[in-house]
Amino acid sequence: MDFIVNKETKTVSITKQFDAPRDMVWDAYTKPELLDQWWAPKPFSSRTKVMEFREGGRRFYAMVSPEGQERWVLQQFKSITPKTNFKLFNAFADENETPQLPGSDWDLNFSEQNGMTTVHVSIYNESLERLERMIEMGFKEGTAAQLKNLEELLVSLSQSAGAK
Amino acid sequence: MKRDVFQAIADPTRRAIIALVAVQAMTPNAIAEHFDTSRQAVSKHLRILTECELVTPEQKGREIYYRLEIDKMKEIDKWIEQYRKIWEARFEQLGEVLEVMKTKHQEE
Repeated sequence: MDFIVNKETKTVSITKQFDAPRDMVWDAYTKPELLDQWWAPKPFSSRTKVMEFREGGRRFYAMVSPEGQERWVLQQFKSITPKTNFKLFNAFADENETPQLPGSDWDLNFSEQNGMTTVHVSIYNESLERLERMIEMGFKEGTAAQLKNLEELLVSLSQSAGAK
Repeated sequence: MKRDVFQAIADPTRRAIIALVAVQAMTPNAIAEHFDTSRQAVSKHLRILTECELVTPEQKGREIYYRLEIDKMKEIDKWIEQYRKIWEARFEQLGEVLEVMKTKHQEE
């Protein structure tokens, strides 16, 4: 996985190749029942409440901590080029879908070569402080939970080692 | 309002100031000598860096020396590292989901 933080352009770029056809990767990104299986880093889980994958539509989901604590996120789809690209505006929200600004602009690209699919995600943050806040708010409990559960911690460690 | 530390380091002059004071603590005048901008502009940059706790002013005799807060710089790297880990875990899980999807697809 390539992970590049560009402080000048306030952009985080993530690129990863998957041994799967593009149609399948696209489905995993756009169908809620598939998305919820992988979107949240363990031990968190993702619970999609609303998924309207169309231009002007939205995904409203919760990151749920092992203790059941919910953190809501609203993603508004700005443009969609089927199987190739989609753009969204991402923001934390309350349970009534009121976004907490500033959010970030995401640009997701999908390309296939020889049966391998490359996903390129570019995240523009109006303020990179958001990144700090995101980690502070959303994942502090997660880290504590991981420490409580050694098994989970080892799983996550072997996962990050495997991804390198 | 709390200063945005990332915005502080996004500015090229401020990054150059950080690089200078990383080597040794310096007075605003000594820092200003390295730039074409006014002493006033340098003071403004130093104020922002101080508010972000990236540098600390220290009174030595008549002069004020600015020194780098290395721990604060490390903190920034730590946030970025955590964010990277989130994406790594996420993509690792996506890989697993795709494997299951491929198996199912072959069975059909």
